[in-house]
Amino acid sequence: MSVIVRDPGLETTVQDTGRLGYYSIGFPPSGALDSFAYHVGNALVGNEPGAAGLEAVYLGPTLEFTQDTVIAVTGADIPAFVDDAEIPTWESVAVPAGSVLSFGQLRAGARPYVAVAGGIDVPLYYGSRSTYTLVGIGGFQGRALRAGDELPFGSLARDPRAGRRVDDADIPSHPSTAEVHLLVGLHSYRLTEDSLARFTDTEWKVTPDANRVGYRFRGAELEFVPREQPFGAGSDPANVTDCGYPVGSVQVPGGVEPIVLLQDAVTGGGYATLGTVVSVDRDRLAQTKTGDRTRFVPVDLDGALEVRRDRLAALDRIRSALAS
Amino acid sequence: MTATDTETRYDYGGDEFVYVELSPAMSLPVHFTSLGITRRLAEEAIPGVEEIAPSNASYMVRVDPDRLHPRDLVRELQRIEGEVGGHSEDLTVATRIVDVPIMLNDPWTHEVLMKFRDRHQDPTGTDLDYGARINGYSSTEDFIDALAASPYLVTMMGFVPGLPWCFQLVPRERQVEVPKYVRPRTETPERAFGFGGAFAVIYPVKGAGGYQLFGSAPAPIFDGEQRLPDFAENDSVVFFRHGDVINYRRVDQEEYDDVRAQVDAGTWRYSYRELEFSPSRFLADPDGTNAAMKEVLYG
Repeated sequence: MSVIVRDPGLETTVQDTGRLGYYSIGFPPSGALDSFAYHVGNALVGNEPGAAGLEAVYLGPTLEFTQDTVIAVTGADIPAFVDDAEIPTWESVAVPAGSVLSFGQLRAGARPYVAVAGGIDVPLYYGSRSTYTLVGIGGFQGRALRAGDELPFGSLARDPRAGRRVDDADIPSHPSTAEVHLLVGLHSYRLTEDSLARFTDTEWKVTPDANRVGYRFRGAELEFVPREQPFGAGSDPANVTDCGYPVGSVQVPGGVEPIVLLQDAVTGGGYATLGTVVSVDRDRLAQTKTGDRTRFVPVDLDGALEVRRDRLAALDRIRSALAS
Repeated sequence: MTATDTETRYDYGGDEFVYVELSPAMSLPVHFTSLGITRRLAEEAIPGVEEIAPSNASYMVRVDPDRLHPRDLVRELQRIEGEVGGHSEDLTVATRIVDVPIMLNDPWTHEVLMKFRDRHQDPTGTDLDYGARINGYSSTEDFIDALAASPYLVTMMGFVPGLPWCFQLVPRERQVEVPKYVRPRTETPERAFGFGGAFAVIYPVKGAGGYQLFGSAPAPIFDGEQRLPDFAENDSVVFFRHGDVINYRRVDQEEYDDVRAQVDAGTWRYSYRELEFSPSRFLADPDGTNAAMKEVLYG
């Protein structure tokens, strides 16, 4: 009744919808970075929403199943194999006991997801099965998977069935230049107008410092408006009095290296933030890799809510279609 | 951005957060206004309000925009600010004063900070030398004395689980202030004692960080497995709470090692006492209030 990890890939972790309610003591939500791929995976295998799955990055894991089950691979565009036969992705597939799931080379995107009927059953930690490796909690022993780990299946299967498939039109394409919507604000007044315009005009390049905590970018230099710093902030022009950071917020320490915070975000700090990526667009960032490019498209609050509504409506539609 | 008749800035952190900055500058009255508003907001339990995070001179609310429009939330927050805003100094906080051993100018943070001089304002010295100089101290030793001379109030929690932002309880002219690193380090030792802006912190775990590195705490402030009694008995993985008063007490290497041994043996306990903190009393007599609080702790 379990998955045995034969090869963990680069960094594969157990993730679910995340750990909510503890931001004020410093717990970020964690959870799947590409929420769409994660939710669709659960819907494909017929799980209750919220069942835990596996998130890999760049290199897929090699996994052995100890009993007959149903799985689905979603997220990045990557060839997947059961034993030596290629299987379709974005589709639920029956895997027999003793078979082995493996992956080929990533074609586009960055993070493949594996959903298993019943979900991965690790203990709930502060209300979630998500792994938060920075402090070593949640998931499987608080860490990324290693060869030999054995993960039990859970009991969150509602209607496991092979052969469910997502329409091609609903499968994200993962272009190497991602477009994400940005609600400018927070401490955006700290940047000159020119710099704010430059931020949204620039195609930013993802640096090697890009992980579940946040992505760092390079591409332009931004300047701060000179001011007498308020007491408590610190004298550097990028400094503000330490405050909460929204998940998805963009900070620019030193003006040269914007950081977008993701699901394992640091929850607060003292660098000026210039705005926040709309929540559903973090999915797109999660599928960019070092060297890819990102454009930040400014929206206002109504625009941000519209992007959210459209994306969540699409997810609902896909889920309903898969459930019928 | 929405303007009100106060200085408060209401803004949206994407579709799921509302950020409220009561003032760009830190002060105790502003902090207690943030606390008063967020306490009231929690009591009102408005559907759609998912998380409330008070911080130094601001606060943040995570909202479910499918249940509560962020604009409607801002209207509620403005109403609450109008109702509780002016009376925050009357607040008293039931809290604890905690003895926290700290070794300043320790070898571990020194080794790390020397690796990141290229990200620092002053690549030629150490973080302590720099802090002493820009705060007008004639020697690093005097600066170290000032850091540990008076207790601190925990005015924000976060960054990573359990990290306390500590605001020293001294009049403004005696407060230490330093910038954060020009670019954050990619490495900070576990339990490092850092300083950024007007705030001291202890880093619960190793990781990235932008604060000036001044020392090291021997006792953990995060215990993910709740192995130590302070964590197990309170059923919490973090030790500090918002509103705690911390007295950083300088220790030498010998006492540092002794605390580490107790931690390894699983017997370490913080010593602390419960008390009421009144901001108005403190503001009227800072040194007297501090002396009385230390008396409660060490008495």
